[in-house]
Amino acid sequence: MTLELDADVLVVGGGPAATWAALKAAEDGAAVVLADKGYCGTSGATASGGTGVWYVPPEPEAREKAMASREALGGYLADRRWMARVLDETYDRINELADVARYPFPVGPDGKPLRTGLQGPEYMRRQRVRVRRAGVRVLDHSPVTELLTTDDGVVAGAAGYQRQADRAFTVRAGAVVLATGGCAFLSKALGCNVNTGDGALFAAEVGAELSGMEFSNAYGIAPEHTSVTKTAFYNYATFYRADGSVLDGAGSQRGRSVIARTLLASEKVFCKLDRADEAARKAMRLAQPNFFLTFDRLGIDPFTQPFAVTLLAEGTVRGTGGIRIVDDGCATTVPGLYAAGDAATRELICGGFTGGGSHNAAWAISSGSWSGRAAARFARALGPSAARRQVRAAGGAGLRPTGTTSSVSAAEVVGAVQAEVLPYDKNYLRHGDVLRAALGQLDGTWAAVRSGLRADGPDVVRARQAAAMVAHARWMYTSALARSESRGMAKRLDFPELDPAQHFRITSGGLDEVWARPQEVAA
Amino acid sequence: MIELVSAAQCVTCDKCIAVCPTNVFDRGADGVPVISRQQDCQTCFQCEANCPTDALFVAPHTHPLPAESFAHDEEHLRRTGLLGSYRRDIGWGHGRTPGAARAVGPALSPSGPPLIS
Ligand SMILES: Cc1cc2nc3c(=O)[nH]c(=O)nc-3n(C[C@H](O)[C@H](O)[C@H](O)COP(=O)(O)OP(=O)(O)OC[C@H]3O[C@@H](n4cnc5c(N)ncnc54)[C@H](O)[C@@H]3O)c2cc1C
Ligand code: SF4
Ligand code: SF4
Repeated sequence: MTLELDADVLVVGGGPAATWAALKAAEDGAAVVLADKGYCGTSGATASGGTGVWYVPPEPEAREKAMASREALGGYLADRRWMARVLDETYDRINELADVARYPFPVGPDGKPLRTGLQGPEYMRRQRVRVRRAGVRVLDHSPVTELLTTDDGVVAGAAGYQRQADRAFTVRAGAVVLATGGCAFLSKALGCNVNTGDGALFAAEVGAELSGMEFSNAYGIAPEHTSVTKTAFYNYATFYRADGSVLDGAGSQRGRSVIARTLLASEKVFCKLDRADEAARKAMRLAQPNFFLTFDRLGIDPFTQPFAVTLLAEGTVRGTGGIRIVDDGCATTVPGLYAAGDAATRELICGGFTGGGSHNAAWAISSGSWSGRAAARFARALGPSAARRQVRAAGGAGLRPTGTTSSVSAAEVVGAVQAEVLPYDKNYLRHGDVLRAALGQLDGTWAAVRSGLRADGPDVVRARQAAAMVAHARWMYTSALARSESRGMAKRLDFPELDPAQHFRITSGGLDEVWARPQEVAA
Repeated sequence: MIELVSAAQCVTCDKCIAVCPTNVFDRGADGVPVISRQQDCQTCFQCEANCPTDALFVAPHTHPLPAESFAHDEEHLRRTGLLGSYRRDIGWGHGRTPGAARAVGPALSPSGPPLIS
């Protein structure tokens, strides 16, 4: 038995971008369904990680400084107009969280409220309550597996599988917002295993484009064999070799590649947060209880005892590539389809680098709010006849294989992708020769998926995740190869300098044939 | 990964089954959740944060721990205060102050604001 629903707006996802989209669409009068793969309120990178937020009061000097500070890091690909819009929207929405949602922001030593960060569990449990109070129908444990389109290619809903109810579902909708997060390739980075790039696959299947997919090699520091990739406090770290000598040049912000190189040489890297004074140590526990979970449970005092560290891939979660958006409402190139949060490209506000965050959270809040409002408007303009449109399912790889035999499993596909995207010497320290070889492997994996990955019922979810990861990896490496220079986080060992002649964005797309081409940065 | 469900503490409220983002649990015949898909656990600690009776323990390791591990020793976890420690630290549960309200961390640069997340 299939669950069948109608809505004006369907929001796919359950993190900050999705909840802001659902809230704003509902406030605009739309009937909204929100479908999350996990549980709206605990699922996604923010719910477990928590985020600093790009919250800057509307004082010209402070705003100017905020915008200027990241332009060089991002390789000059950000857009001032978008930065200004995001700063405005984020300021209003964070104040809404304080005033309407009564999020308990802390008060600083000077008695002034501090609003530059959000504790993940607290933020997202409140977002869930707000969304439900706004009348949004929330479907938990309901991963979407494909989009529905009309004959003329307008997106008109989505289908998926409810894992706990064990039944398929479809939602016919006037417009769809994809807020499925980025892709961290099941690396087990904190809260990220739900983020397998599904939205980008769905979007590409209906002809949408991506942008900035070369900016997809973020790696977070975590204690070895653990998950918590909270990295701010590694600013207090000294990194050591096994023999106790200091690892020269290693650091959290600038020297992460030194850590990667040392790990690649099969040497362990150790760390101590020995540059934090007593006051800082106390305060750190209050700011990030999740950071200390790992240490307390391992029985390690991170300030005095060395612990081994690793780097976990966070792909486009803390990268900036994603679905290309083409207007102020975060529309994609396909009518009826919108994208928000990590699923959409963040180049507009941070170019090719996000690093120490804040921008990501601001983008999720802003793009979520805009896409929700725009999707509600789009649905309203369609009028009541929208529900009577003929629709067809748009999913391919993993759902409707072109071959007749089932020749590969989702688990095998995941293993094959991970072998090309997790290793530091392929994805982090990139070289053209290595990228080309990896892309060749991934093209082969895609062909195998396309012809022989077959799944039914609940297994469809894993098959689609696997397919999405392969597609993601191919856009990443095709885009990385299209940039023969180093810009933002897309650094190339074979082209270590920034080339002013390549001051463009890179648009990409396609599934069986993947393409990437330069796109002028709007003045 | 999730390593322990305390049948003694659990009040079979199904909360952890609902909130686990990667659908690791199933409801057991007696109502106590069963860890059915441990390999899918993403070590996010959300089940622990949401359990009203501190009946769950998530070890920090991203691989399963052997039977004799500390993570399965309920008495030890209780004695050391590890059981329920995440809930306590984020200030969830009756009569507690939300940790968010106290989350004033150090400033990472001399002119910067205190970190609050
Ligand atoms: C450890 C860590 C720390 C971070 N710190 C910061 C920081 O300090 N500042 C900052 O700005 N950014 C930070 N980030 C990045 C930030 O968390 C993300 O940018 C942010 O969570 C994006 O929000 P989102 O809603 O787009 O995605 P997410 O929060 O990842 O949510 C994605 C949602 O989509 C759902 N989903 C996925 N696929 C499907 C599907 N097929 N069907 C239905 N639902 C689906 C998931 O279940 C999830 O609910 C951090 C990230 C990590 C991992
Ligand atoms: S730690 Fe996270 S993924 Fe693991 S069982 Fe608990 S809620 Fe589920
Ligand atoms: S949340 Fe706690 S009390 Fe409720 S079912 Fe799970 S283990 Fe039992």
